[in-house]
Amino acid sequence: MKHPHHGHFCRVWGWPIALGLLTCIGLVSALFSDGGLGDALAWVTLGMPVAVGIWFGWCRRHPRHP
Amino acid sequence: MNSQRIKTWAWVHRWSSLVCTVFMLLLCITGLPLIFHHEIGHLLGTEIEAPKMPAGTPRVSLDRVLEVAKAQHPDRIVQFVSQEEDDDAIWFVTLTPTPDPTDNFKQVAVDARTGQVLAHPKTDEGFMFVMLKLHVDLFAGLPGKLFLGFMGFLLLVAIVSGVVLYSPFMRKLDFGTVRRERRPRLKWLDLHNLLGIVTLTWAFTVGATGMINTWADLIVKYWQHDQLSALLKPYQGQPTVPVAERGSVQQSMDVALKSAPGMKLSFIAFPGTSFSSPHHNTFFLRGNEPFTSRLLQPVLVDAQTGAITASPRLPWYLTALLVSQPLHFGDYGGMPMQILWALLDIATIIVLGSGLYLWLKRGHTVPASAKVGEEAHGAPAPLAQPASTATAKVST
Repeated sequence: MKHPHHGHFCRVWGWPIALGLLTCIGLVSALFSDGGLGDALAWVTLGMPVAVGIWFGWCRRHPRHP
Repeated sequence: MNSQRIKTWAWVHRWSSLVCTVFMLLLCITGLPLIFHHEIGHLLGTEIEAPKMPAGTPRVSLDRVLEVAKAQHPDRIVQFVSQEEDDDAIWFVTLTPTPDPTDNFKQVAVDARTGQVLAHPKTDEGFMFVMLKLHVDLFAGLPGKLFLGFMGFLLLVAIVSGVVLYSPFMRKLDFGTVRRERRPRLKWLDLHNLLGIVTLTWAFTVGATGMINTWADLIVKYWQHDQLSALLKPYQGQPTVPVAERGSVQQSMDVALKSAPGMKLSFIAFPGTSFSSPHHNTFFLRGNEPFTSRLLQPVLVDAQTGAITASPRLPWYLTALLVSQPLHFGDYGGMPMQILWALLDIATIIVLGSGLYLWLKRGHTVPASAKVGEEAHGAPAPLAQPASTATAKVST
């Protein structure tokens, strides 16, 4: 990366990395669970990327940036 | 990243996605009903259910079950017998003209307690069958599967190159920015980037596991060659055990289950079929814990003597195949997970559709100001223009 500035990297990649990690946790946790806590964890963690996509894509009416 | 590298990645992203987009749209659309195939089966009345009986009702011998099924199709042989994971009251018997792999199979569902025929599941017609075939092999058998596997590989290339390009595009934009008040192309570019990046891990996982699944036939063939051929040395030169010389399947099953306490039967492959050897009934057992229930332990029982020949540990590549299946189907976390799978699938359809739209509309609506910004940053367009200083507020 040409600008390995810490703040810049976090601003671009913070959300994507967080959502990627949540997705991984969800995909794996349900594998080790049969109707238990792991399934519930998967619903929450896999729900995050869906919620984020819907929120930023369609719900947010007044974006902060023009 | 310099402009030459961005250009290269943009070229990779454009062509890998253009080649696979139509097929990926097909896979996403046909995959949508397949996520809910059990529920749709219930609605259509094609799901088979056994009458309720008290727990502990005695079961008829498996040999009797096979007789009953064979009587329905006297000209065929039994390749497989299986049970649903959550319902051992029904035996599903698969009959084909020969032991070779074929699409020409008939199923008979037999009640495990009464030995009565419950149904002849229709496995080769109807809406869900068409969806499944389009999704799995385009009605083209193994070549169709491998072709779709290659399209899956191109999808993975498109995802990786898309991630590389995400950074130059988002440099001047906050996460989630959708510039909807400008021209539609800019809005769809932002939505493409947003949905692409939030579904990234899921899409990569489902794409990669789908690709692995297209190799299933080859992986099983390799397993036979790799592991079974050594075990079968003593049988060299002998033909497939004739049906008349085979011992009791029920007794073989008892022996197999006894050898692996705590495990349950998943399916039985009969001599000469793709999951067995010419001389064995192979019992595939599953564990009884959430994770081990997805893995299989083969037990090879001599079809004549009924004695166990071997119980080879599943090699890593078959374990990988078995674990990749739930990760592709999304059927391992209840209905909420199926719904999330469907929503992520729809998001992927939007990413594919918007990508196609951005390519079709390329070069027509590039604002002059964006061009200025592009030169300033040395970042040319992949399928579209990256964020420019002129169109986005600088916040670093």
